[in-house]
Amino acid sequence: MIPELGHFALILALLVALVQGTLPLVGAAANSPRLMAMARPAARAQAVLVAFAFGCLAWSFVSNDFSVQNVAANSNSELPLQYRVAATWGSHEGSLLLWTLMLGGWSFAVSLFSRNLPLPLVARVLSVMGLISVGFLLFLLFTSNPFERLVPPAVEGNDLNPLLQDPGMVFHPPLLYMGYVGFSVAFAFALAALLGGRLDATWARWSRPWTTVAWSFLTIGIALGSGWAYYTLGWGGWWFWDPVENASFMPWLTGTALIHSLAVTEKRGAFRSWTVLLAILAFSLSLLGTFLVRSGVLTSVHAFATDPARGVFILAFLAVVIGGSLALFAWRAASVGLGAAFGVVSRESTLLGNNILLVVAMASVLLGTLYPLFLDALNLGKISVGPPYFDAVFYPLMAPAAFLMGVGPVARWSAAPLPELWTRLKWALGVALAGALILPLVLGRWSPLIAFGLFLALWIFASTAANLRQRLASTPRRGLLARLGANSPSYYGMLLAHLGVGVFVVGVTLVKGYEVERDVRLDVGDSVAVGNYDFRFLGVTPAPGPNYRALVGTVEVRKGAQLVETLKPEKRIYNASGQAMTIAAIDTGLRGDVYVSLGEPVGAGGSDDIAGAWSVRVYLKPFIDWIWGGALLMALGGFVAVSDRRYRLAVRRRATAFDAAAAPGAAD
Amino acid sequence: MKPRTRRFAWIAAGLAALGVAATLVLNAFQSNLIFFFSPSQVVAKEAPQGRAFRIGGLVEPGSLVREPNSLTVRFRVTDTAQTIPVTYTGLLPDLFKEGKGVVAQGSIGPDGAFHATEVLAKHDENYMPPEAKGAVDTARKGMTMKSLHESPPGAR
Repeated sequence: MIPELGHFALILALLVALVQGTLPLVGAAANSPRLMAMARPAARAQAVLVAFAFGCLAWSFVSNDFSVQNVAANSNSELPLQYRVAATWGSHEGSLLLWTLMLGGWSFAVSLFSRNLPLPLVARVLSVMGLISVGFLLFLLFTSNPFERLVPPAVEGNDLNPLLQDPGMVFHPPLLYMGYVGFSVAFAFALAALLGGRLDATWARWSRPWTTVAWSFLTIGIALGSGWAYYTLGWGGWWFWDPVENASFMPWLTGTALIHSLAVTEKRGAFRSWTVLLAILAFSLSLLGTFLVRSGVLTSVHAFATDPARGVFILAFLAVVIGGSLALFAWRAASVGLGAAFGVVSRESTLLGNNILLVVAMASVLLGTLYPLFLDALNLGKISVGPPYFDAVFYPLMAPAAFLMGVGPVARWSAAPLPELWTRLKWALGVALAGALILPLVLGRWSPLIAFGLFLALWIFASTAANLRQRLASTPRRGLLARLGANSPSYYGMLLAHLGVGVFVVGVTLVKGYEVERDVRLDVGDSVAVGNYDFRFLGVTPAPGPNYRALVGTVEVRKGAQLVETLKPEKRIYNASGQAMTIAAIDTGLRGDVYVSLGEPVGAGGSDDIAGAWSVRVYLKPFIDWIWGGALLMALGGFVAVSDRRYRLAVRRRATAFDAAAAPGAAD
Repeated sequence: MKPRTRRFAWIAAGLAALGVAATLVLNAFQSNLIFFFSPSQVVAKEAPQGRAFRIGGLVEPGSLVREPNSLTVRFRVTDTAQTIPVTYTGLLPDLFKEGKGVVAQGSIGPDGAFHATEVLAKHDENYMPPEAKGAVDTARKGMTMKSLHESPPGAR
């Protein structure tokens, strides 16, 4: 009964979405307030219906209703409750329903927080989001019904893939989708601006917070996925340039460019067409990511189905959305205009540089991700593009972007005289250079790449400090606290996010520079020295788990004579599937991680001789947690920036914001 | 500068930057592509010498041998038509099993064996790496064709 109710709610949601996607749009064109006013209630009703359907599916999972095929295929009565809930989005169908739920949630939020916006804009934005929703609901109902019944019902479920039975599964997909789908709001605002022919600083101020929030969620989602892969796959890597990772990273790169481009559009009225194009691109890449991950084109842990009908549907949908929005752009971009001119050295030009670098980096990731698929589809052979390609391309492109991050925020809008930039930044440059020369020696080993990475990180820290100092000095208040309080949250958000990038760069540089990875064979009682540590293996003991049997190893980590930590890496065999899983044991610290994972028994007795020697993986990962810490700081910066009061001001300002700031200080 | 000259300068600078980026990207792309070969292709000497590539197929049942007191393993990868010996030093993935699909990256050594630097057998129990599946399917197709034309069934 409950699954049928869910199915029925989805059908109703489709009908409501059709209303939401068409009538307000017609109303905006025909200037009919009555039709336009339907946008908000329709969006809310649709969101509630989809949420109800999602609740029904979650209920089926929680109550172990194995007469639902989706539940029977992806859950098991032994599965702990939190993973039964997470299994709701563990399947192809469920994850698409989650996508649609997120879209509904964002639409609902737009309908709530749009009281200060002109009605035609709201109508158009919600209509565009409704149309996207129509596409996804059609897809769900016709090719991927999550409520499909199984006749006769299964006695027991198949189990969720053990790789997915992890707290990461509870948080990573929802947060990632929040971000992915959040770009639909920026996309809808862009299309609404094209349709209405009005794109100005006010428009940019309205769409900025939505974009920033989506970007922040995407940042957290990607960071969580990266951390999850680090501890769960037992390989100790934090980024593999796997096509599925790239699928989420491309919208992120474009979204980062979009945030900066929106800032210029709001403050200076410039970059208008470019901003619109980026908004279209960011969401298109989100859809492309969904296509890549969900269609089974990439066979990986994320791909659940290899059903051609689904692939064709998403591809067609992709073609309609991207083709349609680009056609609209080509047709209407002229009405939007290019915006104000600016000097060769100015804040605009540094932001333009950063935008170009980000988009080129995105394009290079896209090439590396799609090229093997094209070759395979054309039967020209099977190839893979590995991390060396991405490393060789990505870092050289991002290094100048990181450098520009130091220059941009202290440069004046419109024209920034070089001598002034030099005065403002010479100390930062000196500090960064000196630190880059000395720090690697303190840390152990000097190499040009480590020095360069540290230079970039220190440069970001020092130039951010210089920026803050100069900003406070020019704030017309007395006393440090008053001056700190006089600056806007969006300014501090920017600083925080930039510091996050610096922290991230420190992490990447030091992990790449100083990590130690050793695979060793250890008999019980053996020890091995890695770095400054001594690892003694004390054997494994069996231990029961809720739905698996585990073998828990004991490894004592000593530094000199002192015991630092006793690590307990696990090897699990899941009851339902018989699949083995490696759970690494990690001693996490600000200065780095000690990482131990079990391989397999390699003693004389063969693979069943668990009391004998084991292959063991011992890693030292200096400063690796700075990578995720940096990403969290970036996201936090985004949330702080959005708390700025000016995004909630009811007063409509003048359409152009040239009054916003002539002084560099007032601009953020 | 006049606005038009300035715009021209911008476009020129943009194109130059894109040109540099494109060169960088394509250069890295060329030198980092990793090609895939099936055991049959390797035996037919189609695989490059002295360059890393990937092979895929099934781990031949009964072929896994561990060297004592080290992490070196030897096994054979088969596409059911041809078989290649592989050596690898390190930890094998959880889902590495005899009779299951595997993809290995490495190069052919002087001893004629494939020296793997990486062994991939991830994902779930029933999952077959697409490359491995392709190799086996192709070999089986070739074999049925061959067996129809040349040899009586069961002669292999």
